[in-house]
Amino acid sequence: MSARDRSSPLSHALETGAAWALGLFWLAPLLYAIWTAFHPALYATHFDLFAPLTLENLDRAWHAAPFARYFLNTIILVTMIVGAQCVLCTLAAFAFARFEFPGRNLLFALVLIQLMIAPEILAVANYQTVRALGFVDSLIGVALPYFTSAFGIFLLRQAFLGVPKDLEEAARIEGCGTLGVLWRVYVPLARPIYLAYGLVQVSFHWNNFLWPLIITNSVETRPLTVGLSVFSSTDQGIDWSVITAATIMTSGPLLIGFLLFQRQFVQSFMRAGIK
Amino acid sequence: MVDQPVRRDGIVPPAPVEGRAAARLSAPSQTRKWLPRHYVEAWLLLLPSLVLLATFTHIPIVSTLIDSFYSTPKANRPSHFVGLANYDDMFADPIFWKSFWNNVVYALGTIPVSVAIALAMAIFVNGRLPGRGLLRMAYFTPTVLPMIAVANIWLFFYTPSYGLLDQIARLFGGHATNWLGSQSTALGAIMVVTVWKEAGFFMIFYLAALQQIPPDLKEAADIEGASRFTFFRRVTWPLLMPVTLFILVNAVINAFRTVDHIFIMTGGGPDNATNVLLFHIYEIGFKFWDQGYATAMTMVLLAILAGLALVQFLTAGRKVHYQ
Repeated sequence: MSARDRSSPLSHALETGAAWALGLFWLAPLLYAIWTAFHPALYATHFDLFAPLTLENLDRAWHAAPFARYFLNTIILVTMIVGAQCVLCTLAAFAFARFEFPGRNLLFALVLIQLMIAPEILAVANYQTVRALGFVDSLIGVALPYFTSAFGIFLLRQAFLGVPKDLEEAARIEGCGTLGVLWRVYVPLARPIYLAYGLVQVSFHWNNFLWPLIITNSVETRPLTVGLSVFSSTDQGIDWSVITAATIMTSGPLLIGFLLFQRQFVQSFMRAGIK
Repeated sequence: MVDQPVRRDGIVPPAPVEGRAAARLSAPSQTRKWLPRHYVEAWLLLLPSLVLLATFTHIPIVSTLIDSFYSTPKANRPSHFVGLANYDDMFADPIFWKSFWNNVVYALGTIPVSVAIALAMAIFVNGRLPGRGLLRMAYFTPTVLPMIAVANIWLFFYTPSYGLLDQIARLFGGHATNWLGSQSTALGAIMVVTVWKEAGFFMIFYLAALQQIPPDLKEAADIEGASRFTFFRRVTWPLLMPVTLFILVNAVINAFRTVDHIFIMTGGGPDNATNVLLFHIYEIGFKFWDQGYATAMTMVLLAILAGLALVQFLTAGRKVHYQ
């Protein structure tokens, strides 16, 4: 700390300048998009500080495609996936963390394979499976391959390993069964990990594109990302104001959530990433 | 009940009974139970996750391998064994090679740049710069946006003559450039978007690692009179090595996995200049419905990822141990 104060004012100024130049470059595309979305189309390509603000682009985008339905689909998808993952990963992580059984290490190694090979890489084979199950063009078909996650199992196992055994033993003596111990001792103690993991997964699945693109084929099932890509590629020609408005609109909830809970968000990503 | 010994797995053994009675009671129950209760419990806990993982990861890996030796089923001709024909087709397909090398260029071009920028960002934000909260937000925001939205925004940037880039170029007397429409610039333009989107994500991991470096190291280095650069090279960078490895592995996976922006920005064009492996697999598998060929290409992708897993296993094996 003292060293930083001692370093020369010039190098400090240079560092500040570089940091902010990079920051501006990183912010500029987004700011420009927001600016375009809220100004009349005329100004999309002519920057003018005093251009009138308008919500017309958003309004036109909203009515040009069934975005309400896309929003609903995305929300259902994300809720289903994150809910299922929280339950299934918890159960599996508990087994790996606190039970001795034959095949434990082998099974854990097999689970970790999914860290490398995501379901969408195996899209061709997984599509055949989902088709055989009759889930093509359905929300469940999009969600099912993501119902459990190696990343979640890994993360929660780490968290559970850190829970003192005495607590579990005390709960057992009090008469808790296996699920009781899990629910009353382990889950509450791992709450920060759940928050971290949940935020990461919400943002991942809100943004997921390739697998939903393959599985969905209609307005009733398309999530926002696929809806937005269909909207901007076919419906609009090159009306940039409307496309940008739709873009901002679809990322809006996540973006606003991020700005409001910025600290928790960054810390969550940090925690989820530390292995 | 309270003073009973409890085994490591939390199962309470039966209450001890004195003398011969004990031997008679406990011994048979040990031998007869060849499937202890907690084995069953553990397997039941694992069952749903393992079934799902097997269905969507392990079995598909095997079936992809098998399918790659079979032809694509057609209406009048069911799938039949074709040996290495799919692979022969693949190696003879110039678009496969184009997308393979594009992917290599894409990975080699984006990964070092995003990792370097991520490290710089982390160091900036970890220091005591004015407005570092705002800076951290600026760096991290692209990570939260959907890749599809990012691609839309940048597409607008790159639009010939109307886009921001060309407008800026015009200020300096440049002329309109078709960034995404020209073979020589399209892949580079896509790579810039990837770096912009990913660097903030990797920054987070560096930031977490930087904050765990004990401050007394810095104090000791100051007493020794080490310059900031020396301190970075001799202390910080070696300590960041495990994180760098972790980031590199993730970056490589992403380089082969993330193709969303290509759908929006170029569709693999112009003339396959931005085609990469997974995008080509998608086109072959879901546009031309040649699934036999698509599985052969998937095997290439799997081989790359398996190689990566091996590298990670060999390098990271000694760095961490759990439990």
